[in-house]
Amino acid sequence: MTALYAVTAGLLFGAGLYGVLARPGLIQRLLALNVMASSIFLYLVVLAAGDGSAAADPVPQAMVLTGIVVAVSVTAFALGLVRWFRSETGAASLESDALRRDDD
Amino acid sequence: MIEPSLTPAWALPALVFVPMLGALVLWLLPRWQPLQRWLPAVLGLVLLPLMWPLGHAVAVDGAVTLALGGHRAPLGIEWYVDGLAVLLLGLNQTVAAAVGGYLWGAWPHAAQRHSPGFGVCWLLLWGALNALAMSADLFNIYVLLEIVSLGGVVLVVGRGAGAFAAAMRYLLFALTGSLIYLLGVALAYADAGTLSLRLLADAGLGAPAVTALTLGLMFKAALWPLHGWLPAAHAAAPTAASAVLSALVVKAAAYLLLRLWSDVFSGSWTPALLQALAVIGMTGVLFGSVQALRQVHLKRVIAYSTVAQLGYVLLLPALAGALAWQGVALHLLSHGLAKAAMFLAAGNVIIAIRDDRLDNLAGLDRVLSGNLFIFAAAGMSLAGMPPAAGFVAKWWLVRAAVDAGQWWWAIAVAASGLLAAGYVIRVLRAALASPDSFAEAPRHRARDLSPAMVAAPALLAAAAVALGLGAAWLGPLALAGSTWSLAP
Repeated sequence: MTALYAVTAGLLFGAGLYGVLARPGLIQRLLALNVMASSIFLYLVVLAAGDGSAAADPVPQAMVLTGIVVAVSVTAFALGLVRWFRSETGAASLESDALRRDDD
Repeated sequence: MIEPSLTPAWALPALVFVPMLGALVLWLLPRWQPLQRWLPAVLGLVLLPLMWPLGHAVAVDGAVTLALGGHRAPLGIEWYVDGLAVLLLGLNQTVAAAVGGYLWGAWPHAAQRHSPGFGVCWLLLWGALNALAMSADLFNIYVLLEIVSLGGVVLVVGRGAGAFAAAMRYLLFALTGSLIYLLGVALAYADAGTLSLRLLADAGLGAPAVTALTLGLMFKAALWPLHGWLPAAHAAAPTAASAVLSALVVKAAAYLLLRLWSDVFSGSWTPALLQALAVIGMTGVLFGSVQALRQVHLKRVIAYSTVAQLGYVLLLPALAGALAWQGVALHLLSHGLAKAAMFLAAGNVIIAIRDDRLDNLAGLDRVLSGNLFIFAAAGMSLAGMPPAAGFVAKWWLVRAAVDAGQWWWAIAVAASGLLAAGYVIRVLRAALASPDSFAEAPRHRARDLSPAMVAAPALLAAAAVALGLGAAWLGPLALAGSTWSLAP
Protein backbone atom coordinates (compact mmCIF):
# COMPACT_ATOMS: atom_id res chain seq x y z
CA MET A 1 0.00 0.00 0.00
CA THR A 2 2.76 2.47 0.91
CA ALA A 3 4.43 1.68 -2.43
CA LEU A 4 1.34 3.02 -4.18
CA TYR A 5 1.61 6.31 -2.28
CA ALA A 6 5.33 6.56 -3.01
CA VAL A 7 4.74 6.00 -6.73
CA THR A 8 1.96 8.60 -6.67
CA ALA A 9 4.37 11.05 -5.04
CA GLY A 10 6.91 10.38 -7.80
CA LEU A 11 4.34 10.93 -10.55
CA LEU A 12 3.12 14.16 -8.94
CA PHE A 13 6.69 15.43 -8.61
CA GLY A 14 7.29 14.73 -12.31
CA ALA A 15 4.03 16.43 -13.27
CA GLY A 16 4.90 19.47 -11.16
CA LEU A 17 8.40 19.72 -12.61
CA TYR A 18 6.95 19.50 -16.12
CA GLY A 19 4.49 22.26 -15.25
CA VAL A 20 7.19 24.62 -13.97
CA LEU A 21 9.33 24.11 -17.03
CA ALA A 22 6.68 23.94 -19.73
CA ARG A 23 3.72 26.13 -18.76
CA PRO A 24 3.88 29.81 -19.67
CA GLY A 25 1.65 31.46 -17.05
CA LEU A 26 3.25 32.57 -13.80
CA ILE A 27 0.28 31.44 -11.70
CA GLN A 28 0.31 28.04 -13.42
CA ARG A 29 4.00 27.71 -12.68
CA LEU A 30 3.46 28.59 -9.02
CA LEU A 31 0.72 25.97 -8.79
CA ALA A 32 3.08 23.47 -10.38
CA LEU A 33 5.68 24.29 -7.72
CA ASN A 34 3.04 23.65 -5.08
CA VAL A 35 2.27 20.28 -6.64
CA MET A 36 5.98 19.45 -6.44
CA ALA A 37 6.09 20.48 -2.78
CA SER A 38 2.98 18.46 -1.94
CA SER A 39 4.41 15.38 -3.62
CA ILE A 40 7.50 15.60 -1.40
CA PHE A 41 5.28 15.98 1.66
CA LEU A 42 3.34 12.89 0.60
CA TYR A 43 6.59 10.96 0.26
CA LEU A 44 7.73 12.14 3.70
CA VAL A 45 4.46 10.99 5.25
CA VAL A 46 4.99 7.58 3.61
CA LEU A 47 8.49 7.54 5.14
CA ALA A 48 7.09 8.39 8.54
CA ALA A 49 4.56 5.57 8.37
CA GLY A 50 7.22 2.95 7.63
CA ASP A 51 5.68 -0.50 7.27
CA GLY A 52 2.95 0.38 9.74
CA SER A 53 4.11 -2.06 12.40
CA ALA A 54 5.83 0.47 14.67
CA ALA A 55 4.85 3.96 15.80
CA ALA A 56 5.25 6.63 13.11
CA ASP A 57 8.65 8.32 12.86
CA PRO A 58 8.14 11.93 14.02
CA VAL A 59 11.11 13.44 12.14
CA PRO A 60 9.59 13.33 8.61
CA GLN A 61 6.31 14.58 10.07
CA ALA A 62 8.15 17.55 11.57
CA MET A 63 9.73 18.16 8.16
CA VAL A 64 6.28 18.13 6.54
CA LEU A 65 4.95 20.66 9.05
CA THR A 66 7.94 22.97 8.59
CA GLY A 67 7.80 22.41 4.85
CA ILE A 68 4.14 23.43 4.73
CA VAL A 69 4.93 26.63 6.61
CA VAL A 70 7.77 27.40 4.19
CA ALA A 71 5.61 26.53 1.17
CA VAL A 72 2.74 28.76 2.32
CA SER A 73 5.09 31.70 2.99
CA VAL A 74 6.91 31.26 -0.29
CA THR A 75 3.65 30.96 -2.23
CA ALA A 76 2.28 34.11 -0.60
CA PHE A 77 5.50 35.94 -1.40
CA ALA A 78 5.51 34.72 -4.99
CA LEU A 79 1.84 35.62 -5.52
CA GLY A 80 2.55 39.10 -4.18
CA LEU A 81 5.46 39.40 -6.58
CA VAL A 82 3.29 38.21 -9.50
CA ARG A 83 0.67 40.85 -8.71
CA TRP A 84 3.35 43.53 -8.49
CA PHE A 85 4.92 42.25 -11.70
CA ARG A 86 1.56 42.44 -13.46
CA SER A 87 0.78 45.95 -12.25
CA GLU A 88 4.25 47.16 -13.33
CA THR A 89 4.47 45.42 -16.69
CA GLY A 90 0.94 44.32 -17.61
CA ALA A 91 2.29 40.81 -18.20
CA ALA A 92 1.21 37.54 -16.59
CA SER A 93 3.96 35.37 -18.08
CA LEU A 94 7.63 35.75 -18.81
CA GLU A 95 6.99 35.11 -22.51
CA SER A 96 4.47 37.95 -22.73
CA ASP A 97 4.66 40.50 -25.54
CA ALA A 98 4.32 43.24 -22.94
CA LEU A 99 7.92 42.53 -21.87
CA ARG A 100 9.45 42.54 -25.31
CA ARG A 101 9.44 46.32 -25.65
CA ASP A 102 11.59 46.82 -22.57
CA ASP A 103 14.14 44.16 -23.35
CA ASP A 104 16.48 46.37 -25.36
CA MET B 1 35.20 16.94 17.92
CA ILE B 2 36.08 19.91 20.03
CA GLU B 3 33.72 21.77 22.28
CA PRO B 4 33.58 25.46 21.44
CA SER B 5 35.69 27.62 23.69
CA LEU B 6 34.32 30.93 24.88
CA THR B 7 34.86 32.99 21.72
CA PRO B 8 33.10 30.82 19.11
CA ALA B 9 30.29 30.01 21.52
CA TRP B 10 29.00 33.56 21.37
CA ALA B 11 30.57 34.69 18.08
CA LEU B 12 28.80 32.05 15.97
CA PRO B 13 25.23 32.89 17.04
CA ALA B 14 26.08 36.60 16.78
CA LEU B 15 26.96 36.16 13.10
CA VAL B 16 23.42 34.95 12.40
CA PHE B 17 21.25 36.74 14.91
CA VAL B 18 22.78 40.23 14.80
CA PRO B 19 21.94 40.77 11.09
CA MET B 20 18.52 39.12 11.49
CA LEU B 21 17.61 41.26 14.52
CA GLY B 22 18.91 44.24 12.55
CA ALA B 23 16.48 43.34 9.77
CA LEU B 24 13.64 43.28 12.29
CA VAL B 25 14.62 46.72 13.64
CA LEU B 26 14.80 48.19 10.13
CA TRP B 27 11.41 46.72 9.33
CA LEU B 28 9.83 48.14 12.50
CA LEU B 29 11.25 51.64 11.97
CA PRO B 30 11.06 52.29 8.22
CA ARG B 31 10.83 56.07 8.61
CA TRP B 32 13.84 56.58 10.85
CA GLN B 33 16.19 57.74 8.12
CA PRO B 34 19.54 57.79 10.02
CA LEU B 35 18.92 54.25 11.23
CA GLN B 36 18.14 53.04 7.71
CA ARG B 37 21.37 54.59 6.51
CA TRP B 38 23.73 53.63 9.34
CA LEU B 39 22.62 50.20 10.54
CA PRO B 40 23.88 48.02 7.62
CA ALA B 41 27.27 49.77 7.72
CA VAL B 42 27.62 49.64 11.51
CA LEU B 43 26.64 45.96 11.70
CA GLY B 44 29.20 45.19 8.99
CA LEU B 45 31.95 46.91 10.93
CA VAL B 46 30.90 45.20 14.18
CA LEU B 47 30.82 41.64 12.80
CA LEU B 48 33.97 41.81 10.65
CA PRO B 49 36.40 41.90 13.64
CA LEU B 50 34.73 38.75 15.06
CA MET B 51 36.37 36.79 12.25
CA TRP B 52 39.83 37.23 13.72
CA PRO B 53 39.34 35.36 17.04
CA LEU B 54 37.14 32.82 15.25
CA GLY B 55 39.76 32.14 12.57
CA HIS B 56 42.42 31.90 15.26
CA ALA B 57 40.37 29.45 17.32
CA VAL B 58 39.74 27.17 14.30
CA ALA B 59 43.35 27.37 13.10
CA VAL B 60 44.68 26.42 16.53
CA ASP B 61 42.07 24.03 17.90
CA GLY B 62 40.52 22.61 14.74
CA ALA B 63 36.86 22.59 13.73
CA VAL B 64 34.23 23.83 16.14
CA THR B 65 30.91 22.09 16.61
CA LEU B 66 28.11 23.99 18.30
CA ALA B 67 24.93 22.15 19.27
CA LEU B 68 22.20 24.79 19.28
CA GLY B 69 20.30 24.90 22.53
CA GLY B 70 22.47 22.06 23.83
CA HIS B 71 20.66 19.51 21.63
CA ARG B 72 23.05 17.23 19.79
CA ALA B 73 22.36 15.49 16.48
CA PRO B 74 20.36 13.47 15.55
CA LEU B 75 17.71 15.25 17.62
CA GLY B 76 19.11 18.78 17.50
CA ILE B 77 20.65 20.94 14.80
CA GLU B 78 24.41 21.38 14.88
CA TRP B 79 26.65 24.07 13.45
CA TYR B 80 30.00 22.92 12.19
CA VAL B 81 32.75 25.45 11.54
CA ASP B 82 35.94 24.20 9.94
CA GLY B 83 38.62 26.15 8.08
CA LEU B 84 36.60 26.36 4.85
CA ALA B 85 33.56 27.65 6.75
CA VAL B 86 35.76 30.29 8.41
CA LEU B 87 37.00 31.43 5.00
CA LEU B 88 33.44 31.69 3.67
CA LEU B 89 32.31 33.53 6.81
CA GLY B 90 35.26 35.87 6.39
CA LEU B 91 34.22 36.54 2.80
CA ASN B 92 30.61 37.14 3.89
CA GLN B 93 31.63 39.61 6.60
CA THR B 94 34.13 41.45 4.37
CA VAL B 95 31.69 41.91 1.50
CA ALA B 96 28.89 42.78 3.93
CA ALA B 97 31.02 45.50 5.53
CA ALA B 98 31.97 46.89 2.11
CA VAL B 99 28.38 46.81 0.86
CA GLY B 100 27.20 48.42 4.10
CA GLY B 101 29.74 51.19 3.56
CA TYR B 102 28.68 51.52 -0.07
CA LEU B 103 24.99 51.84 0.85
CA TRP B 104 25.94 54.40 3.52
CA GLY B 105 27.92 56.38 0.96
CA ALA B 106 25.15 56.25 -1.65
CA TRP B 107 22.49 57.49 0.78
CA PRO B 108 22.87 61.28 0.15
CA HIS B 109 22.08 60.73 -3.55
CA ALA B 110 18.32 60.26 -3.65
CA ALA B 111 18.42 58.16 -6.84
CA GLN B 112 20.78 55.60 -5.28
CA ARG B 113 19.22 55.55 -1.81
CA HIS B 114 18.09 52.08 -0.77
CA SER B 115 14.50 51.51 0.29
CA PRO B 116 13.63 50.15 3.75
CA GLY B 117 12.63 46.87 2.06
CA PHE B 118 16.05 46.58 0.46
CA GLY B 119 17.78 47.06 3.80
CA VAL B 120 15.54 44.51 5.55
CA CYS B 121 16.04 41.88 2.86
CA TRP B 122 19.79 42.46 2.69
CA LEU B 123 20.21 41.95 6.45
CA LEU B 124 17.99 38.83 6.43
CA LEU B 125 19.94 37.46 3.49
CA TRP B 126 23.23 38.18 5.21
CA GLY B 127 22.22 36.38 8.42
CA ALA B 128 20.98 33.39 6.43
CA LEU B 129 24.22 33.26 4.40
CA ASN B 130 26.24 33.14 7.62
CA ALA B 131 24.02 30.35 8.95
CA LEU B 132 24.41 28.42 5.67
CA ALA B 133 28.18 28.50 6.09
CA MET B 134 27.84 26.79 9.46
CA SER B 135 24.77 24.57 9.30
CA ALA B 136 25.36 20.82 9.44
CA ASP B 137 21.76 19.71 8.99
CA LEU B 138 20.23 18.98 5.57
CA PHE B 139 16.75 20.26 6.39
CA ASN B 140 18.01 23.34 8.19
CA ILE B 141 20.00 24.09 5.02
CA TYR B 142 16.78 23.83 2.98
CA VAL B 143 15.03 26.44 5.14
CA LEU B 144 18.06 28.75 4.96
CA LEU B 145 18.27 28.34 1.18
CA GLU B 146 14.65 29.50 0.92
CA ILE B 147 15.36 32.60 3.03
CA VAL B 148 18.37 33.36 0.83
CA SER B 149 16.31 32.91 -2.35
CA LEU B 150 13.47 35.17 -1.24
CA GLY B 151 15.86 37.86 0.02
CA GLY B 152 17.87 37.66 -3.18
CA VAL B 153 14.79 37.97 -5.39
CA VAL B 154 13.68 41.13 -3.58
CA LEU B 155 17.14 42.67 -4.01
CA VAL B 156 16.94 42.18 -7.79
CA VAL B 157 13.66 44.06 -8.12
CA GLY B 158 14.64 47.59 -8.97
CA ARG B 159 13.37 49.88 -11.63
CA GLY B 160 11.99 48.79 -14.96
CA ALA B 161 10.20 45.80 -16.38
CA GLY B 162 13.48 44.10 -17.27
CA ALA B 163 14.47 43.85 -13.62
CA PHE B 164 11.02 42.53 -12.72
CA ALA B 165 11.15 39.83 -15.37
CA ALA B 166 14.66 38.88 -14.26
CA ALA B 167 13.51 38.67 -10.64
CA MET B 168 10.50 36.48 -11.58
CA ARG B 169 12.70 34.12 -13.58
CA TYR B 170 15.19 33.99 -10.69
CA LEU B 171 12.35 33.17 -8.28
CA LEU B 172 11.03 30.30 -10.42
CA PHE B 173 14.50 28.80 -10.92
CA ALA B 174 15.36 29.21 -7.23
CA LEU B 175 12.13 27.58 -6.02
CA THR B 176 12.49 24.71 -8.48
CA GLY B 177 16.04 24.17 -7.23
CA SER B 178 14.86 24.28 -3.61
CA LEU B 179 12.21 21.64 -4.18
CA ILE B 180 14.59 19.32 -6.03
CA TYR B 181 16.95 19.77 -3.08
CA LEU B 182 14.08 19.05 -0.66
CA LEU B 183 13.33 15.85 -2.58
CA GLY B 184 16.99 14.96 -2.08
CA VAL B 185 16.61 15.61 1.66
CA ALA B 186 13.63 13.25 1.82
CA LEU B 187 15.48 10.56 -0.17
CA ALA B 188 18.54 10.98 2.03
CA TYR B 189 16.43 10.53 5.14
CA ALA B 190 14.90 7.40 3.60
CA ASP B 191 18.42 6.04 3.00
CA ALA B 192 20.11 6.98 6.24
CA GLY B 193 17.46 7.91 8.81
CA THR B 194 19.26 11.10 9.80
CA LEU B 195 19.65 14.67 8.59
CA SER B 196 22.91 15.50 10.32
CA LEU B 197 25.80 15.86 7.87
CA ARG B 198 28.10 14.31 10.47
CA LEU B 199 26.00 11.15 10.79
CA LEU B 200 25.10 10.99 7.08
CA ALA B 201 28.78 10.73 6.19
CA ASP B 202 28.97 7.38 7.96
CA ALA B 203 25.67 6.06 6.63
CA GLY B 204 26.20 6.45 2.87
CA LEU B 205 23.55 7.62 0.41
CA GLY B 206 21.97 6.08 -2.68
CA ALA B 207 22.33 7.53 -6.15
CA PRO B 208 18.84 9.18 -6.26
CA ALA B 209 19.50 11.22 -3.10
CA VAL B 210 22.96 12.28 -4.28
CA THR B 211 21.57 13.27 -7.69
CA ALA B 212 18.67 15.30 -6.31
CA LEU B 213 20.79 17.14 -3.73
CA THR B 214 23.47 17.93 -6.31
CA LEU B 215 20.98 19.04 -8.96
CA GLY B 216 19.09 21.26 -6.53
CA LEU B 217 22.27 23.01 -5.42
CA MET B 218 23.44 23.34 -9.05
CA PHE B 219 20.25 25.32 -9.74
CA LYS B 220 21.09 27.58 -6.80
CA ALA B 221 24.74 27.98 -7.74
CA ALA B 222 23.83 28.70 -11.39
CA LEU B 223 26.28 26.06 -12.59
CA TRP B 224 26.16 25.40 -16.31
CA PRO B 225 23.76 24.21 -17.77
CA LEU B 226 21.41 25.52 -15.06
CA HIS B 227 22.73 29.09 -15.17
CA GLY B 228 19.93 30.56 -17.32
CA TRP B 229 18.54 32.86 -14.65
CA LEU B 230 21.80 34.40 -13.47
CA PRO B 231 23.02 36.85 -16.13
CA ALA B 232 19.76 38.76 -16.42
CA ALA B 233 19.15 38.87 -12.67
CA HIS B 234 22.66 39.93 -11.69
CA ALA B 235 22.89 42.47 -14.51
CA ALA B 236 19.48 44.06 -13.83
CA ALA B 237 19.87 44.30 -10.04
CA PRO B 238 20.88 47.54 -8.30
CA THR B 239 24.64 47.94 -7.81
CA ALA B 240 24.94 46.75 -4.21
CA ALA B 241 22.59 43.84 -4.89
CA SER B 242 24.63 42.66 -7.90
CA ALA B 243 27.73 42.59 -5.74
CA VAL B 244 26.05 40.59 -2.98
CA LEU B 245 24.31 38.14 -5.33
CA SER B 246 27.36 37.39 -7.44
CA ALA B 247 29.93 37.37 -4.64
CA LEU B 248 27.99 35.64 -1.86
CA VAL B 249 24.62 34.12 -2.78
CA VAL B 250 25.69 31.75 -5.55
CA LYS B 251 28.89 31.12 -3.62
CA ALA B 252 26.93 29.75 -0.65
CA ALA B 253 25.34 27.05 -2.85
CA ALA B 254 28.70 26.22 -4.43
CA TYR B 255 30.16 25.91 -0.93
CA LEU B 256 27.39 23.50 0.07
CA LEU B 257 28.20 21.37 -2.99
CA LEU B 258 31.81 21.23 -1.79
CA ARG B 259 30.70 20.35 1.71
CA LEU B 260 28.48 17.50 0.52
CA TRP B 261 30.84 16.09 -2.10
CA SER B 262 33.91 16.17 0.08
CA ASP B 263 32.30 14.44 3.00
CA VAL B 264 28.74 13.15 2.85
CA PHE B 265 28.89 11.75 -0.70
CA SER B 266 32.44 10.45 -0.42
CA GLY B 267 31.22 6.86 -0.40
CA SER B 268 28.94 7.27 -3.43
CA TRP B 269 31.29 8.16 -6.24
CA THR B 270 33.06 6.38 -9.05
CA PRO B 271 36.01 7.81 -11.02
CA ALA B 272 33.83 8.17 -14.12
CA LEU B 273 31.24 10.18 -12.16
CA LEU B 274 33.92 12.49 -10.78
CA GLN B 275 35.32 13.11 -14.26
CA ALA B 276 31.79 13.78 -15.54
CA LEU B 277 31.28 16.40 -12.80
CA ALA B 278 34.60 18.01 -13.69
CA VAL B 279 33.60 18.06 -17.38
CA ILE B 280 30.34 19.83 -16.48
CA GLY B 281 32.24 22.33 -14.35
CA MET B 282 34.91 23.12 -16.91
CA THR B 283 32.34 23.30 -19.74
CA GLY B 284 30.66 25.95 -17.62
CA VAL B 285 33.96 27.79 -17.23
CA LEU B 286 34.49 27.74 -20.99
CA PHE B 287 30.88 28.62 -21.84
CA GLY B 288 30.65 31.47 -19.33
CA SER B 289 33.96 32.94 -20.45
CA VAL B 290 33.03 32.84 -24.15
CA GLN B 291 29.65 34.41 -23.37
CA ALA B 292 31.40 37.11 -21.32
CA LEU B 293 33.56 37.85 -24.35
CA ARG B 294 30.46 38.36 -26.50
CA GLN B 295 28.39 40.68 -24.27
CA VAL B 296 27.89 44.33 -25.16
CA HIS B 297 26.79 45.51 -21.69
CA LEU B 298 29.33 45.95 -18.90
CA LYS B 299 27.30 44.30 -16.13
CA ARG B 300 26.45 41.31 -18.32
CA VAL B 301 30.16 40.72 -18.92
CA ILE B 302 30.67 40.52 -15.16
CA ALA B 303 27.56 38.35 -14.66
CA TYR B 304 28.69 35.78 -17.26
CA SER B 305 32.09 35.83 -15.63
CA THR B 306 30.37 34.60 -12.46
CA VAL B 307 28.84 31.67 -14.38
CA ALA B 308 32.36 30.86 -15.57
CA GLN B 309 34.20 31.21 -12.28
CA LEU B 310 31.80 28.99 -10.32
CA GLY B 311 32.58 26.04 -12.56
CA TYR B 312 35.93 25.44 -10.86
CA VAL B 313 34.08 24.10 -7.82
CA LEU B 314 33.12 20.92 -9.66
CA LEU B 315 36.78 20.24 -10.41
CA LEU B 316 37.53 19.48 -6.77
CA PRO B 317 36.06 15.97 -6.39
CA ALA B 318 38.02 14.77 -9.45
CA LEU B 319 41.34 16.17 -8.24
CA ALA B 320 40.77 15.01 -4.67
CA GLY B 321 43.54 16.20 -2.43
CA ALA B 322 44.73 18.79 0.02
CA LEU B 323 46.19 21.07 -2.65
CA ALA B 324 43.02 21.05 -4.77
CA TRP B 325 40.98 21.70 -1.64
CA GLN B 326 43.13 24.73 -0.79
CA GLY B 327 43.01 25.93 -4.38
CA VAL B 328 39.22 25.81 -4.60
CA ALA B 329 38.84 27.42 -1.15
CA LEU B 330 41.13 30.29 -2.09
CA HIS B 331 39.38 30.58 -5.46
CA LEU B 332 35.98 30.97 -3.79
CA LEU B 333 37.42 33.66 -1.52
CA SER B 334 39.32 35.61 -4.17
CA HIS B 335 36.47 35.42 -6.67
CA GLY B 336 34.01 36.73 -4.10
CA LEU B 337 36.18 39.72 -3.23
CA ALA B 338 37.10 40.50 -6.84
CA LYS B 339 33.56 40.07 -8.15
CA ALA B 340 32.04 42.34 -5.48
CA ALA B 341 34.69 44.96 -6.30
CA MET B 342 33.98 44.69 -10.05
CA PHE B 343 30.21 45.03 -9.66
CA LEU B 344 30.51 48.01 -7.31
CA ALA B 345 33.00 49.75 -9.63
CA ALA B 346 30.85 48.98 -12.68
CA GLY B 347 27.80 50.28 -10.83
CA ASN B 348 29.68 53.52 -10.13
CA VAL B 349 30.51 53.85 -13.83
CA ILE B 350 26.84 53.37 -14.75
CA ILE B 351 25.70 55.87 -12.12
CA ALA B 352 28.18 58.45 -13.40
CA ILE B 353 27.72 58.09 -17.16
CA ARG B 354 24.20 56.56 -17.20
CA ASP B 355 25.23 54.00 -19.77
CA ASP B 356 26.73 50.55 -19.66
CA ARG B 357 27.24 49.70 -23.32
CA LEU B 358 30.90 48.89 -23.86
CA ASP B 359 30.86 50.95 -27.09
CA ASN B 360 30.08 54.08 -25.10
CA LEU B 361 32.84 53.74 -22.53
CA ALA B 362 35.63 55.25 -24.67
CA GLY B 363 37.54 57.84 -22.68
CA LEU B 364 36.46 56.45 -19.34
CA ASP B 365 40.08 56.40 -18.20
CA ARG B 366 40.04 60.19 -18.15
CA VAL B 367 36.77 60.78 -16.29
CA LEU B 368 36.60 57.80 -13.91
CA SER B 369 40.16 56.56 -13.70
CA GLY B 370 39.80 55.36 -10.09
CA ASN B 371 36.86 53.08 -10.77
CA LEU B 372 38.47 51.78 -13.95
CA PHE B 373 41.63 50.97 -12.01
CA ILE B 374 39.62 49.10 -9.37
CA PHE B 375 37.89 47.10 -12.12
CA ALA B 376 41.24 46.27 -13.71
CA ALA B 377 42.89 45.25 -10.41
CA ALA B 378 40.00 42.95 -9.49
CA GLY B 379 39.93 41.60 -13.05
CA MET B 380 43.60 40.73 -12.89
CA SER B 381 42.90 38.63 -9.79
CA LEU B 382 40.13 36.82 -11.69
CA ALA B 383 42.46 36.20 -14.60
CA GLY B 384 45.07 34.75 -12.25
CA MET B 385 47.90 37.24 -12.50
CA PRO B 386 50.49 37.25 -9.71
CA PRO B 387 50.55 38.31 -6.94
CA ALA B 388 46.76 38.31 -6.67
CA ALA B 389 44.92 35.59 -4.75
CA GLY B 390 43.39 34.38 -8.02
CA PHE B 391 46.90 33.51 -9.22
CA VAL B 392 47.74 31.43 -6.14
CA ALA B 393 44.37 29.62 -6.37
CA LYS B 394 44.89 28.72 -10.04
CA TRP B 395 48.52 27.76 -9.38
CA TRP B 396 47.44 25.33 -6.66
CA LEU B 397 44.73 23.89 -8.92
CA VAL B 398 47.18 23.40 -11.79
CA ARG B 399 49.67 21.71 -9.48
CA ALA B 400 46.93 19.53 -7.97
CA ALA B 401 45.88 18.44 -11.49
CA VAL B 402 49.45 17.56 -12.41
CA ASP B 403 49.98 15.72 -9.12
CA ALA B 404 46.81 13.72 -9.71
CA GLY B 405 48.06 12.77 -13.18
CA GLN B 406 45.14 14.58 -14.82
CA TRP B 407 47.17 17.00 -16.91
CA TRP B 408 44.16 17.88 -19.09
CA TRP B 409 42.61 19.79 -16.20
CA ALA B 410 45.86 21.71 -15.69
CA ILE B 411 45.64 22.89 -19.31
CA ALA B 412 41.95 23.73 -18.90
CA VAL B 413 42.59 25.83 -15.77
CA ALA B 414 45.44 27.71 -17.42
CA ALA B 415 43.41 28.31 -20.60
CA SER B 416 40.39 29.56 -18.68
CA GLY B 417 42.67 32.09 -16.95
CA LEU B 418 43.57 33.40 -20.39
CA LEU B 419 39.89 33.67 -21.32
CA ALA B 420 39.22 35.63 -18.11
CA ALA B 421 42.07 37.98 -18.99
CA GLY B 422 40.41 38.29 -22.41
CA TYR B 423 37.07 39.57 -21.19
CA VAL B 424 38.63 41.90 -18.62
CA ILE B 425 41.00 43.38 -21.18
CA ARG B 426 38.14 43.73 -23.67
CA VAL B 427 36.39 46.07 -21.21
CA LEU B 428 39.62 48.00 -20.63
CA ARG B 429 40.18 48.32 -24.38
CA ALA B 430 36.69 49.78 -24.80
CA ALA B 431 37.36 52.23 -21.97
CA LEU B 432 40.74 53.32 -23.34
CA ALA B 433 39.60 53.54 -26.96
CA SER B 434 39.69 56.71 -28.98
CA PRO B 435 37.98 58.87 -29.97
CA ASP B 436 37.20 59.98 -26.47
CA SER B 437 33.41 60.11 -26.33
CA PHE B 438 33.54 62.37 -23.28
CA ALA B 439 35.67 65.09 -24.91
CA GLU B 440 32.95 67.14 -26.57
CA ALA B 441 29.77 66.82 -24.57
CA PRO B 442 30.63 66.02 -20.97
CA ARG B 443 27.92 63.49 -20.10
CA HIS B 444 29.46 62.08 -16.96
CA ARG B 445 28.46 63.17 -13.49
CA ALA B 446 31.16 61.91 -11.20
CA ARG B 447 29.78 64.16 -8.47
CA ASP B 448 27.00 61.58 -8.05
CA LEU B 449 29.63 59.34 -6.48
CA SER B 450 30.65 59.86 -2.87
CA PRO B 451 34.11 58.85 -1.59
CA ALA B 452 32.67 55.86 0.30
CA MET B 453 31.15 54.50 -2.93
CA VAL B 454 34.64 54.33 -4.45
CA ALA B 455 36.46 53.31 -1.26
CA ALA B 456 34.28 50.20 -0.79
CA PRO B 457 35.24 48.49 -4.09
CA ALA B 458 38.81 49.80 -3.76
CA LEU B 459 39.24 48.01 -0.43
CA LEU B 460 37.69 44.83 -1.82
CA ALA B 461 39.98 44.84 -4.85
CA ALA B 462 42.99 45.54 -2.63
CA ALA B 463 41.99 42.60 -0.44
CA ALA B 464 41.63 40.32 -3.50
CA VAL B 465 45.17 41.20 -4.56
CA ALA B 466 46.71 41.22 -1.06
CA LEU B 467 45.28 37.82 -0.11
CA GLY B 468 47.67 36.30 -2.62
CA LEU B 469 50.49 37.41 -0.36
CA GLY B 470 48.73 35.87 2.65
CA ALA B 471 48.15 32.56 0.87
CA ALA B 472 50.82 30.80 2.94
CA TRP B 473 48.66 31.51 5.96
CA LEU B 474 45.25 30.89 4.32
CA GLY B 475 46.22 27.51 2.86
CA PRO B 476 46.65 25.74 6.21
CA LEU B 477 43.54 27.49 7.56
CA ALA B 478 41.48 26.06 4.67
CA LEU B 479 42.55 22.57 5.73
CA ALA B 480 41.88 23.07 9.45
CA GLY B 481 39.37 20.48 10.57
CA SER B 482 38.77 19.36 7.00
CA THR B 483 37.17 15.97 6.70
CA TRP B 484 38.54 15.62 3.18
CA SER B 485 40.20 12.28 2.65
CA LEU B 486 43.70 13.37 1.70
CA ALA B 487 44.54 10.28 -0.33
CA PRO B 488 43.07 10.58 -3.83
